[in-house]
Amino acid sequence: MLYREVGQFKTSYAADQQVFPIRQDRIGVVLILLVALVVVPWAGNDFFLSAVAIPFLVLALATIGLNVLTGYAGQLSLGTGGFMGVGAYACYKLVTTFPDAPIIVHVLLSGFAAAALGIVFGLPSLRIKGLYLAVTTLAAQFFFEWCFIRVPWLYNYNASGAIEVPGRQMFGVTLTGPSASSTARYYAVLFVVIVLTFLVKNLIRGRIGRQWMMIRDMDIAAELMGVRPLHAKLSAFAVSSYLCGVSGAMFVFFYLGAAEPSAFSVTLSFQVLFMAILGGLGSLVGSFFGAAFIWILPILLRWGMPLVGMPLPSETVTQLTSMIVGALIIVFLILEPHGLARLWQIGKEKLRVWPFPYA
Amino acid sequence: MNAIAEPPVLAAPDDGIKPGEVLLEVNNVSLSFGGVKAVTNISFDVRKGEIRAIIGPNGAGKTSMLNVINGFYHPQEGEIVFRGEKRRRMQPYEAAASGIARTFQNVALFKGMSTLDNIMSGRTLKMKRGFLWQLLHYGPARDEEIANRRKVEEIIDFLEIEAIRKTPVGKLPYGLQKRVELGRALAMEPDLLLLDEPMAGMNLEEKEDMSRFILDVNRQMRTTIALIEHDMGVVMDLSDRVVVLDYGKKIADGTPDVVKNNQDVIDAYLGVAH
Ligand SMILES: Nc1ncnc2c1ncn2[C@@H]1O[C@H](COP(=O)(O)OP(=O)(O)OP(=O)(O)O)[C@@H](O)[C@H]1O
Ligand SMILES: [Mg+2]
Repeated sequence: MLYREVGQFKTSYAADQQVFPIRQDRIGVVLILLVALVVVPWAGNDFFLSAVAIPFLVLALATIGLNVLTGYAGQLSLGTGGFMGVGAYACYKLVTTFPDAPIIVHVLLSGFAAAALGIVFGLPSLRIKGLYLAVTTLAAQFFFEWCFIRVPWLYNYNASGAIEVPGRQMFGVTLTGPSASSTARYYAVLFVVIVLTFLVKNLIRGRIGRQWMMIRDMDIAAELMGVRPLHAKLSAFAVSSYLCGVSGAMFVFFYLGAAEPSAFSVTLSFQVLFMAILGGLGSLVGSFFGAAFIWILPILLRWGMPLVGMPLPSETVTQLTSMIVGALIIVFLILEPHGLARLWQIGKEKLRVWPFPYA
Repeated sequence: MNAIAEPPVLAAPDDGIKPGEVLLEVNNVSLSFGGVKAVTNISFDVRKGEIRAIIGPNGAGKTSMLNVINGFYHPQEGEIVFRGEKRRRMQPYEAAASGIARTFQNVALFKGMSTLDNIMSGRTLKMKRGFLWQLLHYGPARDEEIANRRKVEEIIDFLEIEAIRKTPVGKLPYGLQKRVELGRALAMEPDLLLLDEPMAGMNLEEKEDMSRFILDVNRQMRTTIALIEHDMGVVMDLSDRVVVLDYGKKIADGTPDVVKNNQDVIDAYLGVAH
C-alpha cells in the first residue's frame, strides 16, 4: 500500500489535530506497538532484552526528558546525568523505606524528587540564557555527583558506597533484583515509557507545549502573548527533570541492578545530549531514533563485525563509536540540525509524492 | 452604506467603554536609555474604535512609545492609563492580559512553528485548562483546544492564508509573515491593537491588502488600533487621528489634514535643522 493521504479528508478539527493524522502512520504505530509488546519479548533472548531493548527504552525516555527542556523549551542542559541520578537515589530511598509498595509506583514517584530539584536549578534560567545556563546546569550536575558520594544517607550507609537493587515483586512477579527475569523487567520499562511518552505528547500538542516553543523561538513575543516566562521555563524544567528522574530510576532498577555515583557522571549527560541532537531536537520520535542509534551502534560493531570476519577488540569498538558519533554530530549540526527525525520526515514526504520528485 | 447582516465573529471584548471615549491615555511619559532620550514628556490619547497613527522620522521614538505602552520599557516619568486604570511598571504579560496586543517592526514570529500554531499561540490567555487536563488532552482540555482552533480558523479565513496553515512560518515570504503576525495578534481578541510598521518592506499590492485587513479589523471587529507607519499615503487614508513625534518630542497631534499642513511636521520631514 502506498503512503498517501489522498482521499483521507478531515471533517473536524478534532480529526485534524490527531497525533497521527495519516492512516498509514496509525497502522505503523500499531505495528510498532505490536512488535514492542509481542515480537520483541517472544523472539528476543535474554541478552537482547537486558543489554539492548531495556537500556534503549530507558535512555530514550531520558532523551525525551532532555528534549522537553532543550528541544522544545530551548534551554540547554548538561545536567541530565545528575537528574537521572537523583531519580535513582530517590527510588532507592523509597524502595528501602517502604519495601511493600509496588516498585512501579516508587519509580514513578522518584521522578518528583528530580522535578523538585529541576525547578530549583531551573531558577537561574529566568535571568541567563544559552551557554551560561548550560554552565549552571553543569554546576547542578557536579553538585549532585558530590552528594551521591558525600551524603551516606542516600545509599543507606553501605560500606561499598553503591546502591544495590533489592528484589521486589509486583502482582507476584519479581521485577527487580538478581532474580528478576529480563522479560518482566522489559515489560515494566516498556509500560512506563509508553505511558509517559503518550502523556508528554499530549502536553506538547496543547497549550503548555506551545508555551515552551514560544519561549524557545522568541521569548519577547511569547511574553506579549501572555506567557509568563517563570511558569513556562520552570514547568519545562520540572517535566524534563521528572522524565530524567524516572529514567534514572529505571536505569538502575531494571538495567544496571546496582550503581555507583560514577554511573551518573557528566558522561551520561553528554551521551543523552548526543542522542537528542542526533535524533533531532524538538522531536519525540527522534528521541527514540537517537537513543537507538547511539546505544545500538557499539553493540552492532562488537557483535556484527565478527560475523563479517572482522572482529574488533572492545577498546576499538568504544573508540570507533565515539569517532562515528562525534563525526555524525558535527555533520548533523551543520547540515541537518533537526537530526534523524527530520530525515525521517523528508523520507515520508518523498514517499508521499512518489514517483514525482515534487508535490 | 450596506448593512452587515451577520455580527462579527471575532470582536473586541465589551469593556464598558463606549466608542469615542478615551481607551488609552499617555501622560507626560519620558524614557531615556543612559544618556539617550528616546521619549520626552509625551502625552496623547487613543479613543475607543479609532485608528490612531503615530508617525515621525527614523529614531523619533515611535517604537519606544509602543514598548512603554505594552510594558517592555518602564518610563522614568509619566504614566499610562488604560481603560481608566493607572499603571506603572507593568510587565508585558500583564499588558497582554489586560487586552493589548501588538506586532513588531521586525517580524517576531515563532520561527519553528507552523502558521496555525503561531496563531494558536495568540489564544494562550484564552486557554485555562490546567496541567493535569493537558496531560490527558481529553475532555475539557480537548474541547478547549478545538473551540480555540475554531476561532483561529476564522482568523485564517479572514486573512486569506488557508493555504499556508501548516507551513512553518520561517519558510514564508516576508509579506505573508507580516500577515501571520497580524493574525497572531488578532487571535488575542485585543481591546487595543498596536501595529509597528505593518507595511514596511511590502510592495504596493501587499500594502493594499494589508490596508484592507486593517480597515476590516477596525470596522468589523471594532478593534481600536494604534499604528506606526512611514508611508504617508497609507497614514492619511487609514487613520482618524495622527500624532507626530520628532527626536522624542511630540510636534503635532490631530486629524490627517491638520497634521499634513503643520509647519513643524513639514520641517521635520524635510529635515530642517533644529
Ligand atoms: N533598548 C534601547 N537601548 C538604547 N537606546 C534605545 C533602545 N531602544 C531605542 N533606543 C533609542 O531610542 C531612540 C528612539 O528609537 P525608536 O526605535 O523608538 O525609534 P523609531 O521612531 O521607532 O524609529 P524607526 O522609524 O527607525 O523604527 C533611538 O535613538 C534609539 O537609538
Ligand atoms: Mg521603530
